[in-house]
Amino acid sequence: MSDVSQREGAKREGKMSSLSRQQIGTVLAKQGILIAFVIFIVAFTIANPKFLSPDNLLSVVRSSAIIGVMALGVTFVVISGNLDLSVGSMMSFSTIVVLDLHDKIGPLLAIPTMFAMTLCLGAVIGFLVGYLKLNSLIVTLGMLSAIHGLTLTYSGGKNMDIADKEGTWFGFFGQGDILGIPVPILLFIALAAGLGMTLSRTPFGRKVYAVGGNGTAATFSGIPRARTVFYCYLISAACVATAGLIQASRSLGSQNTVGQGLELEVLAAVILGGASLLGGSGTIFKTVIGVLILGFIQNGLLLMGLQFYAQFVVTWIIIILAVWLDIAAKRGKLWSSFA
Amino acid sequence: MTDVKPVLRLEGIVKTFPGVRALDGLSFDVLPGEVHALMGENGAGKSTSMKVLGGIYQPDEGAIIMGDEQVVMNGPLEAKAKGIVFIHQELSLAEELSVAENIYLGELPRKSFGRVDWALLYERTDAILKKLKVGFNARTRVGDLSIANQQMVEIARALTVDAKAVIFDEPTASLTDAEKVVLFDVIADLQAEGVGIIYISHRMEEIFKITDRITVLRDGQYVGTVETKNTDEERVTQMMIGRKLDLSRNVSHHELGNVALEVRGLSCGKLYSDVSFEVRRGEVLGFYGLVGAGRTEIAETLFGLREPSAGQILLDGEEVRISSPADAIARGISLVPEDRKGQGLVLGMNCRDNMTLPQVDDLKAGPFMAEGAEVAIFDQYRDKLDIRTPGWKQRVGNLSGGNQQKIVIGKWLSMHPNVLIVDEPTRGIDVGSKSEIHKLLRGLAAQGYAVIVISSEMPEVLHVSDRIVAMYSGRVMRTFTSEEVTEDNLIQAISGLTDDRAA
Ligand SMILES: Nc1ncnc2c1ncn2[C@@H]1O[C@H](COP(=O)(O)OP(=O)(O)OP(=O)(O)O)[C@@H](O)[C@H]1O
Ligand SMILES: [Mg+2]
Repeated sequence: MSDVSQREGAKREGKMSSLSRQQIGTVLAKQGILIAFVIFIVAFTIANPKFLSPDNLLSVVRSSAIIGVMALGVTFVVISGNLDLSVGSMMSFSTIVVLDLHDKIGPLLAIPTMFAMTLCLGAVIGFLVGYLKLNSLIVTLGMLSAIHGLTLTYSGGKNMDIADKEGTWFGFFGQGDILGIPVPILLFIALAAGLGMTLSRTPFGRKVYAVGGNGTAATFSGIPRARTVFYCYLISAACVATAGLIQASRSLGSQNTVGQGLELEVLAAVILGGASLLGGSGTIFKTVIGVLILGFIQNGLLLMGLQFYAQFVVTWIIIILAVWLDIAAKRGKLWSSFA
Repeated sequence: MTDVKPVLRLEGIVKTFPGVRALDGLSFDVLPGEVHALMGENGAGKSTSMKVLGGIYQPDEGAIIMGDEQVVMNGPLEAKAKGIVFIHQELSLAEELSVAENIYLGELPRKSFGRVDWALLYERTDAILKKLKVGFNARTRVGDLSIANQQMVEIARALTVDAKAVIFDEPTASLTDAEKVVLFDVIADLQAEGVGIIYISHRMEEIFKITDRITVLRDGQYVGTVETKNTDEERVTQMMIGRKLDLSRNVSHHELGNVALEVRGLSCGKLYSDVSFEVRRGEVLGFYGLVGAGRTEIAETLFGLREPSAGQILLDGEEVRISSPADAIARGISLVPEDRKGQGLVLGMNCRDNMTLPQVDDLKAGPFMAEGAEVAIFDQYRDKLDIRTPGWKQRVGNLSGGNQQKIVIGKWLSMHPNVLIVDEPTRGIDVGSKSEIHKLLRGLAAQGYAVIVISSEMPEVLHVSDRIVAMYSGRVMRTFTSEEVTEDNLIQAISGLTDDRAA
């Protein structure tokens, strides 16, 4: 009798403790980013009530648009199982080129020319990573520095400015608005919708997931792996060109280094959204969420009086947090028992 | 028997996943020194129950009892420390590491300051490998080994600890007959030491050869336990699937059409040379041989994955060069590859998307995927192949091994190929579904498809083929018709003994 009840007790106890511990771990790991986000929002709002005002919200979205547009393209690259660390330096290139050409051949020709040149850079990366199967980390890290050199050579090391800032319609993409909504936000929304549909509903999107999820199985299913990766980098480059256009149009003048460091913020947004660095998972919708979370946290910290440059540290901490939680969610616990 | 205390007992184990009750009150025990078979259809819950035992899943209800105590396994290493060793159905090795590192992963022998004691590691590993009589050593990189040899590495893991119970989940699925003999020796040794062994397999002949008792599961529920010596295949099948099976040799032939595929003097470096054969519409051509005989490589050449060094391939009488899998698919060739996890499936994708992957470009409504048509294809093959899954949205990685294999088969059947090549099509598939798939392959031939079946299971080739090509070490030894083939002359041919014609 007592033996049985004792065992029953042990059973229940053993189950309870192991289950609840595991469950808490899993929930924390899976929803960790959202929980952290909510805590941030609450803390920011208490610290500074302005945080949740419509004006501030709109300004957050607006300032996130450039990062956001680039993150959309990088989402394709990451899902295909690769990395793109060249987007920041490529954006500097686009910005400088379009500003320079604006005065030389006029905005109407400058914009398509800049897009074509940026797409060429994307094609080079796509060729090296897709067809030659070189490691994307090495290739895009190299391109980061190579494109920086290209930009400096192109501009002769000088900053670029549009001569007649009053007499051009070029400012529309960065400063204009339609029905009261800023154009950068509209561009971001339109691109997100278009690319979101492409990724989730077209054959090409399906191929991107297959190539990133299991490249060998994709090959065995007749999917052209190299071409798929190539197109992902073209999409990424097109997004970068759009971001460069917004940036150039917003300020009508720029330094050579406007995009410096943005590649990490972009990657942070994509990972925050939950795309796995191993490839095969992630969505455009999640990336948009990631972009917003990053934007709000950075804005909140600024409102709380954090120095602008401290943001770089904060971004890094956020990346680490996101990657850790991603791994923890897969393991189902926060600590690894391995040494 | 009642006086022997079981090494291990499961009591009323329940385990649910979203949408699936994988285990529904499972109870059974394992005695020391017995080989206990666990049988059931694909998705019956065999692997899941073993994962509960191995500490990979926590049960929702029920208890695991070892000796007199109830135990809770919080993880694989804890289970191993308690003496439960689990050899997985799906290989779980680190390809970049050496054999020795894989075997002792997580518990490498240490010297001072945490340095790994390599000499001791290699010495211990080589001692184990010697017992297993394998042809590689402790320093070999696992990625360089064949699937069968990787399986042997998994098995070697079992021998590193003082095991109380060892679980083999379909260990022979990719082993040759010779390797099986070694495995059964290992099992006999463990048995003699009083270790309790749980053995999962779909192969009846093995079950009746080495096990003492058989426990049958159906839909996560316990059906019953029988003594192996008091039962037979028919009764066990009846317990598993509730009906009998036809396991006879193929005698029927369909009307043959023209030659769909002809291969003349095909060679590919050292892999195989001077291979010639033809398949007609309406015919099933079997390829039988030992692992490494070059059969898979021929299939890969026909599918555009390898470039032949000499010879011709003719489709419908016309010579073709097949440059890529996409090219092969466009020409109406399908290949069900031998490694479902590595080559057949994207595990993170759902069932439907996996099944329609080769035809994504053809299933369009405007610029978008025609998702309705995709679901229709999935439903059709789920019913045809009896795939057990809560729905098309389930990740393929969450399906049981056999059901994963069925997804791969469905994927290629749904392409309606002219030439269907299947490489080890029923690996890991339960007896009931196996005979369904055999029937299906025969039926496809009857509809005018040309079918090539590569298999290492003699009953399978004998059962489905109209003609059988016997291969040995990259060469065609002989082509048999189903009238002239016997088990003996087939075995002779694939062992490289050429005097069988004279005999
Ligand atoms: N992680 C998981 N998530 C969701 N469902 C799962 C998971 N693991 C297993 N299942 C489901 O549980 C059921 C039992 O699966 P299990 O792998 O135990 O079958 P099995 O008897 O080993 O089959 P097989 O002979 O095909 O290997 C299946 O329906 C499977 O789809
Ligand atoms: Mg299984």
